[in-house]
Amino acid sequence: MSLRFLSVRLGMLVLTVLVSSLAIYGAMFLTPGDPATLLVGGSRNPDPAVLAQIRSDYHLDDPFLAGYWHWLSNFLQGDFGQSLVYRDSVTGLIGDRAGDTVALVAYAAVLVLAGGMLIGTVAALRGGRTEALATTLTAGAMAVPTFVMAVLLIWLFAVRLPWFPVYGSGEGFTDTLAHLTLPAVALALSWIGYVAQVTRTAVRGELRSEHVETARSRGVPERVVIRRHVLHNASGAMFAVSGVGIAGLIATAAVAEQAFGTGGLGALMIEAASKQDMAVVQAVSLIFVIVFVVINTGVDLISAAVDPRIAAQKGAIR
Amino acid sequence: MTTMPAALSTRPRAKRRTGRIDPLTLVAGGVVALFVLLALLGPLLAPHDPNAVDPLNVNAGPSGAHWLGTDDTGRDLLSRLIAGARATLAAPAAVIAVSTALGTLLALTAAWFGGWLDRFVSGALDVVFGFPGLILAVLVAAVFGAGLTAPIVALSIAYLPLITRVVRSAAIKERHLPYVAALQLLGAPTARIWLRHLLPNLLPLVLVQATIGFGYALLDVAAISFLGLGSQPPDPEWGLMVANGAPSILAGQPQQSLYAGIAILVVVVAFNLLGTGLSRRLLGESA
Amino acid sequence: MTEPQNASPLLHIDGLRIDLPLDGAPRTVVHRADVTIPEGRAVALVGESGSGKSLTARCVMGLLPGSARIHGDVRFAGESVPGMNAERLRAFRAAEVAMVFQDPRAHINPARSIGDFLIEGLTTARRVPSGEAVKKVTGILREVGIPDADRRMRQRPHELSGGLLQRVMIAAALAVEPRLLLADEPTTALDVTTQEEVMAIIGEAREARGLALLFITHDLELAAAVSDRVVVMYAGSTVEELPAARLRAHAAHPYTRALLASRPSVFDEAAELRSIPGRPLSGFEAPEGCAFSDRCTHVQDVCRSERPQPSPHGDAFAACHFPYVLASEETADHA
Repeated sequence: MSLRFLSVRLGMLVLTVLVSSLAIYGAMFLTPGDPATLLVGGSRNPDPAVLAQIRSDYHLDDPFLAGYWHWLSNFLQGDFGQSLVYRDSVTGLIGDRAGDTVALVAYAAVLVLAGGMLIGTVAALRGGRTEALATTLTAGAMAVPTFVMAVLLIWLFAVRLPWFPVYGSGEGFTDTLAHLTLPAVALALSWIGYVAQVTRTAVRGELRSEHVETARSRGVPERVVIRRHVLHNASGAMFAVSGVGIAGLIATAAVAEQAFGTGGLGALMIEAASKQDMAVVQAVSLIFVIVFVVINTGVDLISAAVDPRIAAQKGAIR
Repeated sequence: MTTMPAALSTRPRAKRRTGRIDPLTLVAGGVVALFVLLALLGPLLAPHDPNAVDPLNVNAGPSGAHWLGTDDTGRDLLSRLIAGARATLAAPAAVIAVSTALGTLLALTAAWFGGWLDRFVSGALDVVFGFPGLILAVLVAAVFGAGLTAPIVALSIAYLPLITRVVRSAAIKERHLPYVAALQLLGAPTARIWLRHLLPNLLPLVLVQATIGFGYALLDVAAISFLGLGSQPPDPEWGLMVANGAPSILAGQPQQSLYAGIAILVVVVAFNLLGTGLSRRLLGESA
Repeated sequence: MTEPQNASPLLHIDGLRIDLPLDGAPRTVVHRADVTIPEGRAVALVGESGSGKSLTARCVMGLLPGSARIHGDVRFAGESVPGMNAERLRAFRAAEVAMVFQDPRAHINPARSIGDFLIEGLTTARRVPSGEAVKKVTGILREVGIPDADRRMRQRPHELSGGLLQRVMIAAALAVEPRLLLADEPTTALDVTTQEEVMAIIGEAREARGLALLFITHDLELAAAVSDRVVVMYAGSTVEELPAARLRAHAAHPYTRALLASRPSVFDEAAELRSIPGRPLSGFEAPEGCAFSDRCTHVQDVCRSERPQPSPHGDAFAACHFPYVLASEETADHA
């Protein structure tokens, strides 16, 4: 991987985060009224004294860029401001809920990685009816939106067959696992389908490749051909698509959290948005964007480090 | 004025597969047409008032009067699904209209002028791509309040890179075909080259992208309504219906969520199949 | 085995027919292939693309897809190759035959090092310790004209030129000390000067080791230059077989003669070049009668209705109803 590729990707990362943070902060000023009302929780009639207090706390009367810089530097130091709706510090609110989201996304990520790669690999290696069945099922899984899958799973596996608890996120490891299983499955399923399809295509392509024919022509045992040539060469595509999938899990975690009432950052952001509690929405959405971009960039960099041809190709497109 | 060389009189076009449309695409097209018709005429076709509550007939099963049964306040589910087609399809239509028009314009501009402008557009799109659409929608909803404005604004921006990237790379290829240089040498005005030559040649690709994008946009809008930040009660929007029906599921009454969910699934799959079918037919490729 | 080893040739392909499913229906892609290679001799299999020469070669290694139906006989040192079970086939490939493919860039795994590729045949299929394998392939690399073996073995395929990669492939094939080397158009993907070097390397290695060679090419002149006998294939059938030295003067099949006439000759620079009218047919397109009948200048009615069987003339064979025979040869034969 060239140093130039590394610096371009890292530069892109910083730029994306900066522009996103500017948009997240600036969005507040698009409101037809006083931005300060958004920080109180827009729907009520706030006390003018409270508004004045907020205006000075958030430097809303300063020039735009000065106010932005104040907000961003506080954010980077972990000070996300005060939520007047929840009557708590935003940092505290986020700290209470971050664990639930991390657990949910990690659970779903394990399902996506293990399930997607396994289904895709087995489908390609077995071929025939197994492959046709896997292709149909994964295409179906990709088409069902998370929130529809959520209600379906609740009905099937919490009501018809009372196997899993539905609301809350549980106490202790096994209870948490039980509470998070249905949300994680709902969140992961379409990404499992996606990762499985890309994996299947990659493995199938390698199976048909000329260099695999060479290995077979030399009497290399089939098990070794699969491991050293087919899976080894398909692993780059599998890794890249899994990274995209995990980034996607973060972007849609909010839906699963809301549908199952597990709580977490996504549910917090949505609740805050419906109460127009801007301080919370700004902080949580910036956290989501940063994690999303960092994962995407990390996957790109690792892919390029493993296979130098990728950096050359991606460089050529720009 | 000299006559145009014969090679220039016919614009080069993308290769097309001739012959009949495959049956799956035809079915998908029929389903899409049916739902578009429902969106246009829905309220006229609904057998009942979609918002008429009937407290004595709550969560009823299918019957002669209510083919799909009723919801938790006794409203006729079939009527709500039919009437809700408009609210469900209108917002993604707006999203795709805005992002396609803007994206095509951006793509053509970037491809035509190239250089730093092209690099700027591509870089800006990369930045937008780094901002997940759903999170952008929640942010905008926090500013404007719940309603369809927020998802339409947010998703129009979020879908911009998807459409622009594809059209831009096709436009760059088209722009460097010899016939464009020849037209310029002959003194054809830029606007004329764009409108008469580039745009018509890119149109099939734009159409395919818009069709496939529509399915995804519908999904995202419905998800935002499901989260309570899009359509507001008592609108019979399908995403909202899935959310409204959720409490009844625990009481063993899944029909409202189930039917609305199935309706969303059917439309999304139909748009997707139609898009890939069109792509095979118009572009001769399996996109 | 009771019968003596030298009773049967090293490779004997007798009346080979291959059916492959194309668009769902089984189609005959090779109608009749007959090739015999004695121990240590070189035979060239010549034909245009689609003639079935590569399929015939792959059949020798048992590399055809599982959906292929094989009729007739392919025997290696008396043993039927299609009759081998998976374990025996693997051992056969690991020790007795080796193949050099056309495009080394595609046929060498781009994601693994050159060293990995070279020793793999020995370490995984023959369980040779890797240190020993490295020592062995280093020596062979020198032999094929790659002196800086240590550095090359650490490199990846994309860092090497096409000519160097093809030498690596040849080295890998020689490393297993096979009795038969199959070379499938080994120079087609290379530029002209590299082609000559690669052919020279194959020739030297063959001489030094007493290797038998099945050389697959579309180039009749090259075939005659590197082999003892030439077998010509057209549309899935072998149509002629004769000693390489007598190719130019004694080719009896109209297709072979047309091929010779369509190529600039090093022997006869003044000769007029003539291309064969029509397009080459693939095996599955071959008609009822003689496959070449549509393009043949000497065609008669019987050619279109009846497929000619290979018939001997001297120490050669031709499958033609009206083979071209030199007047002197005819008198010599009848004398």
